[in-house]
Amino acid sequence: MSNISRDEVAHLAKLARLAVTEKELDVFAGQLDQILDAVAKVGEVAADDIPPTSHAVPLTNVFRADEIRPSLSQEQALSGAPAAEEGRFRVPRILGEEQ
Amino acid sequence: MTAVVDLMDYAEVVERYDPVLGLEVHVELSTKTKMFCGCPNLFGGEPNTHVCPTCLGLPGALPVVNGRAVESAIRIGLALNCEIAEWCRFARKNYFYPDMPKNFQTSQYDEPIAFNGHLDVVLDDGEVVRVDIERAHMEEDTGKSLHVGGATGRIHGAEHSLLDYNRAGVPLIEIVTKPIVGMGERAPEVARAYVAALRDLLRAMDVSDVRMDQGSLRCDANVSLMPKGTSEFGTRTETKNVNSLRSVERAVRYEMTRQAAVLASGGTVTQETRHFQEADGSTSAGRTKETAEDYRYFPEPDLVPIAPSREWVEELRATIPELPWERRKRIQAEWNLTDEELRDLVNTGAADLVAATVDAGAEPGEARSWWVQYLTQQANTRDVELADLAITPVHVARVIELVKSGELTNKLAREVVQGVLAGEGEPDEVVANRGLKVVSDDSALLTAVDEALAAQPDVAEKIRGGKVQAAGAIVGAVMKATKGQADAKRVRELILERVGA
Repeated sequence: MSNISRDEVAHLAKLARLAVTEKELDVFAGQLDQILDAVAKVGEVAADDIPPTSHAVPLTNVFRADEIRPSLSQEQALSGAPAAEEGRFRVPRILGEEQ
Repeated sequence: MTAVVDLMDYAEVVERYDPVLGLEVHVELSTKTKMFCGCPNLFGGEPNTHVCPTCLGLPGALPVVNGRAVESAIRIGLALNCEIAEWCRFARKNYFYPDMPKNFQTSQYDEPIAFNGHLDVVLDDGEVVRVDIERAHMEEDTGKSLHVGGATGRIHGAEHSLLDYNRAGVPLIEIVTKPIVGMGERAPEVARAYVAALRDLLRAMDVSDVRMDQGSLRCDANVSLMPKGTSEFGTRTETKNVNSLRSVERAVRYEMTRQAAVLASGGTVTQETRHFQEADGSTSAGRTKETAEDYRYFPEPDLVPIAPSREWVEELRATIPELPWERRKRIQAEWNLTDEELRDLVNTGAADLVAATVDAGAEPGEARSWWVQYLTQQANTRDVELADLAITPVHVARVIELVKSGELTNKLAREVVQGVLAGEGEPDEVVANRGLKVVSDDSALLTAVDEALAAQPDVAEKIRGGKVQAAGAIVGAVMKATKGQADAKRVRELILERVGA
């Protein structure tokens, strides 16, 4: 049985930049528990000889040749941006997460 | 950030503590295109002109893996004596930072393409240290940010930031060492030598241009200390983006002296990212590190797994060229160098360059002379590593060939090299654009000779009268008229022929 705490939900919400109310924390903690339990059931069925499945198609090694294809123009690239300056995307001040 | 930092004397540090290093090196591959799209992989360029819906993370775009980049990753793994995964996947590393427009970086998490290898590193005095490699995995580079409004161009105090995504999606290989222990006072030197060895290896394999100054090879240095006699690792810091070999050594040394002072005064080292300050060789605190769980890695649904067949891996193994240290052994024997001479060549960074120049067709003595003398001088005046000069062994071999065939004099050859270093193109282009070819066309020279003789009839008369040494004045005039591009010996012959002396 998994057991997601309110604190864990709050932490996840913060990482995902989601505003979650106090009440929602309780609701989501319960719902996430149910989801994890459902996924854990699949784990009970899967034996060691069954490889993990992350894709629904049985394909590997899909590669592209190293050939240049046309890029967008600067104007096209910036056309959907809320703000641009000097040919660059302009973003608000970045707080507390210096890379 | 300007607070006074206590540092412990280095001798005392190594007396009381054992350093533990972990080095992460990011290498930008020199493929033609990006990792997951066909945008050109070029340094610089007008901002946001090497971008497309895929690398901008626009909805509906589908990434496709660059096969060439996978090949390079496997070859790098093999050269580092790694095992190559039978099956591995890409993963999404989720974080919110505008350098990745997708809000995740496509990377590899618990299934790297190469793992469990080692690299033997030769220190300056010839001692060999084996550095164990944990893994080498594939990922993509991020965009570049420009912070506006801050006093120093740094994020601190900036009002807003501007993003250029030309670099976003450029193929990267991250190479991670296992903890390097037991190096004692030589730890900083080992760190430097490891990065240098890796750089030489990658250059020899022609998978990256390994320019630390342009960021195509970047090192993050993890450093921690444990009190002598204990074996439990201390808390580490990660100094990011150390961008020259010398800085790698300085950053490790600085962190050792800083952490030792913190520990000795009863404090604890904070696990954090630190920034290296090129100006004074110090490091300063950055963000507190997010844990791996915070990145919420999960398998990349848009990319299918990679399962390199053993046949393919063996084919790639066969393409790995002679490695730098093997080549060094060979050139030592071929050129009859003493251990000391070889080490000097290696330490100035010239050995592999000379060898590559010889491979490109030049005579060993000439190749050595160019790199060890003229080009080493040029590197010193520019304060860059020899290998980072904007000239390749193939260029140097071509210049040597042009001198040998008489198309260039030594003086002109140096001018050609200056042109190449200044980014004017290949040697032949510089010769053509600067008009540097030796004038070897007799008819052109004869015109100049006739003009010079006509201008100085008295000298012509002297020569005719048997005073052959007077020809020097005419030679001088011809050299001046041809801007020094004539072969003086041939000019002299033509003068004597002309006056019938």
